Amino acid sequence: MALVGKGVLQGMGLTLRTFLETYPWGRGLLRVLGRSIKDGLVTVQYPDVKQQHHERFRYFPFLVYDGAPENLRCVSCKICEQECPPQCIHIVGPAKDEQGRPLKANGRTYPVKFDIDVSICMSCRICVDVCPFDAIEMDNQYELSGMDRFDAMNFTKEKLLKSNEYFQQIKPTEAGEVDQRLAAKAAKASPKPAGAPPQNPAAPTP
Amino acid sequence: MTSLDQLFVNAKHLLLSVFPSSLRPLASILVMIGAIAAVAPAIMMYLTWIERKVIARMQNRFGPTRVGVYGLAQPLADGLKMLIKEDIVPRGADPLIHLLAPVLSLAPAILLFAVLPFGRNMIAADVNVGLLYFFAISSVGSYAIFMGGWASRSKFSILGAMRSVAQIISYEVPGVLSAVTVIMIAGTLKMSGIVEAQIQNGWFVFTPWGFIACLIFFLSGVAEVNRTPFDMPEAESELVGGFHTEYSGMKFALWYMAEFLESFAICAFTVTFFLGGWHGPAIPFWILALLLAVIMGTATLLSMPVRGLGALAMIGAGVLWGLQPIPSWVWFFAKTYLLIFVLVWFRGTFPRLRIDQLMGLAWKFFLPMALLNILAAGCWWFLGQSVAGWIVSFLILAVGWWLLIQANKPAPLQRRTYVFAE
Repeated sequence: MALVGKGVLQGMGLTLRTFLETYPWGRGLLRVLGRSIKDGLVTVQYPDVKQQHHERFRYFPFLVYDGAPENLRCVSCKICEQECPPQCIHIVGPAKDEQGRPLKANGRTYPVKFDIDVSICMSCRICVDVCPFDAIEMDNQYELSGMDRFDAMNFTKEKLLKSNEYFQQIKPTEAGEVDQRLAAKAAKASPKPAGAPPQNPAAPTP
Repeated sequence: MTSLDQLFVNAKHLLLSVFPSSLRPLASILVMIGAIAAVAPAIMMYLTWIERKVIARMQNRFGPTRVGVYGLAQPLADGLKMLIKEDIVPRGADPLIHLLAPVLSLAPAILLFAVLPFGRNMIAADVNVGLLYFFAISSVGSYAIFMGGWASRSKFSILGAMRSVAQIISYEVPGVLSAVTVIMIAGTLKMSGIVEAQIQNGWFVFTPWGFIACLIFFLSGVAEVNRTPFDMPEAESELVGGFHTEYSGMKFALWYMAEFLESFAICAFTVTFFLGGWHGPAIPFWILALLLAVIMGTATLLSMPVRGLGALAMIGAGVLWGLQPIPSWVWFFAKTYLLIFVLVWFRGTFPRLRIDQLMGLAWKFFLPMALLNILAAGCWWFLGQSVAGWIVSFLILAVGWWLLIQANKPAPLQRRTYVFAE
């Protein structure tokens, strides 16, 4: 009968040590007894204590703007809408005037509506990969719960817009690469208005 | 009123002096029933809290922390949740027996408290067949379990109930036989008499036969109340929930209440029979008061006024009763909760036994060991508790233990030889 043996006591010793390691006085006792100790508790008390997440941690996309919120990078090309696997992006645009000509803000077309449904998004980052304008990036905010399925979970353009400074702050490495790429593209395309602020500040707003 | 040891006894006498003398016997019974009926659910609720906290710490977790300070209001929240849950009776079940079974399982668990000596003179019914009463009442629980399993009309329930009955009946035998030694040495079945005998002769656990009997009695008790590692009747990996698969709401809570109260009773009776009951070394009370004051003062999660008031109350108690020894009921509860910690410790350490291992442990190891133990206790007693008695009883037990382990060794598997493989 292997049950009545040393293993029983060894096992009980192990659990007792784990028990003691979770208390300060227990760790003190173990230290006095000359046992090697480690901090027993591994649970992060989430709402009180938050885990430091990594720079590349991503949860939900946001739209990047430079300077002012009117100057968003998105041109409403709808590539992300088409590529999104769970189809959570809904874009209306680009904005047009009465004659059907596209309206431009800062020399770019812009979306009338840009909605992403948080409850459908699966954080895959494909929208970021396919965006030719680096207009959409992944945020690391994850506390997005709301009391309503349709209004609170549907993030509109106003809620999605975040500044490039914010992007640089949360993901310095990635934002640096994006900024370099954009600067190179601007320099190659036309040396004339390269990276300069847009010429027409009085942009029509929808 | 100044004796801390007899505080509750004096309080009861004070309460009874209100009544006319003709009503006093009845009032005394009602007061004690009321006290037990109030204390038992409170004990059960905080046993769940202790179990969850301790088991969590053994698994590197915190356990309940959110409801109240240190999760202390968690049992209340659980109770409330259980009360408002839907009570489901399966189709085809026998509704009356389905209802009666959890009640019947709770009743003996509370009845056991009647003969528990919580402290000096603090025993509700000091009957002269206390030990017999304990064994008689505690075995009623197996009827309840079988009733519950039968009435549920579910194969998991009936399997769990059948296992449970087999297990409880098996483990009752070594449990009773190990307690026989206590009757032999104490010469009485009365609970207070057993404790008095230990005050005179020293705690029984410190004798060779007492140690073995304590071990067998406690482990048989653990098996009888279906706790890990002997929780065969509710082995969730095999039987979903065992006999309480089909129970929900407050009926389920009653099953759990019965289980926890019975495990408390098992720990308390082990303390009474072997660990000296309410007897403890005469340490002055101020040491305990000081310790409690320090614990209260350093409980960082409590608010400052609560900590200050608690520490002051403890210091006040220490000043008031400081020179008296630590009261008997503190010793009793301290020892009982130590054993409850051991119970949870078992649960945190051991995986569940297989059914054949379970039965093997009872019939092939505990039962012969308990019989040998009666012999050892007899030798110890009739050799006049001299050195010779100690040596003889120790030798009987050591040789018996060794022989039983040798006899129970599983037959070595024969190495298979492949004759035609070459």
